Amino acid sequence: MLTVLLLFILICGSTGGEVAIAQGAKTTGEPERMRPREILIFLGRAICSGWFWLGIPLMALSFFALLILLSWHPLSFVIPISALSYVVGALGAKYLLGEDVNTARWAGVILVCAGVALVAAG
Amino acid sequence: MATESRLRIKTLIMVLAMVVCAVAGDLMLKRGMTDAGAVHFTTHGLLHFLASISTNATIWIGILFLLGFMASQMTVMSWADYSYVMPAGAFGYALQTFLAVVVLHETVSAKRWIGVLLICVGVILVGQTKPRTTECAVPEKAAAC
Repeated sequence: MLTVLLLFILICGSTGGEVAIAQGAKTTGEPERMRPREILIFLGRAICSGWFWLGIPLMALSFFALLILLSWHPLSFVIPISALSYVVGALGAKYLLGEDVNTARWAGVILVCAGVALVAAG
Repeated sequence: MATESRLRIKTLIMVLAMVVCAVAGDLMLKRGMTDAGAVHFTTHGLLHFLASISTNATIWIGILFLLGFMASQMTVMSWADYSYVMPAGAFGYALQTFLAVVVLHETVSAKRWIGVLLICVGVILVGQTKPRTTECAVPEKAAAC
């Protein structure tokens, strides 16, 4: 039961955190140029966004759930199940971030999800 | 057209940085956690777990790589869709398998090769779509979007 709860925290925490950070990065605006200084300035501004501070605790929670799960179970058990986060992430992108997840992208996401599960289980 | 091609190239560069950092970080963490031993869900067990991970150099190096992953992921998501970047990052699993065969001379099961094939086809499918499908979130930077 504790394993199921930790898997739920792992999947929803990482996806929720990434969606919040994606929103924070978008509202900050992309770096002017692809140079280390510009990227560092961008990261500094993105870190000041409220979205970032919503995403970090969710990802930290997910990270600790991953550490505990890895100490209890083999990677070949944890990663195939956590691959569901690709599907949950695509749903988050569509409904929370307003992205256009078309048929090709859905097909790609589902293939990646199945592929990650097979690689980790193999 | 030139803007679209520039967008794809810089997205590819940042996704590659993400993949390399994620693969290195995961390997270090797994190694560090194996050294630290199983976590026991008691107050003493959790305190012991926190103490052992805070002094484990392998885990700290893994965390540094994961910070690199996060920095590159945040940067790429400032211009590209999350639903485009996230599956593309899964190419790391395929990379791990290739490295296991080429560098470590490991034998890889048929199931794992099928998984790698599915990931590659999935990443190619996602790669065919537009990296950005949303409007520029920052009006002042709309011209650059």
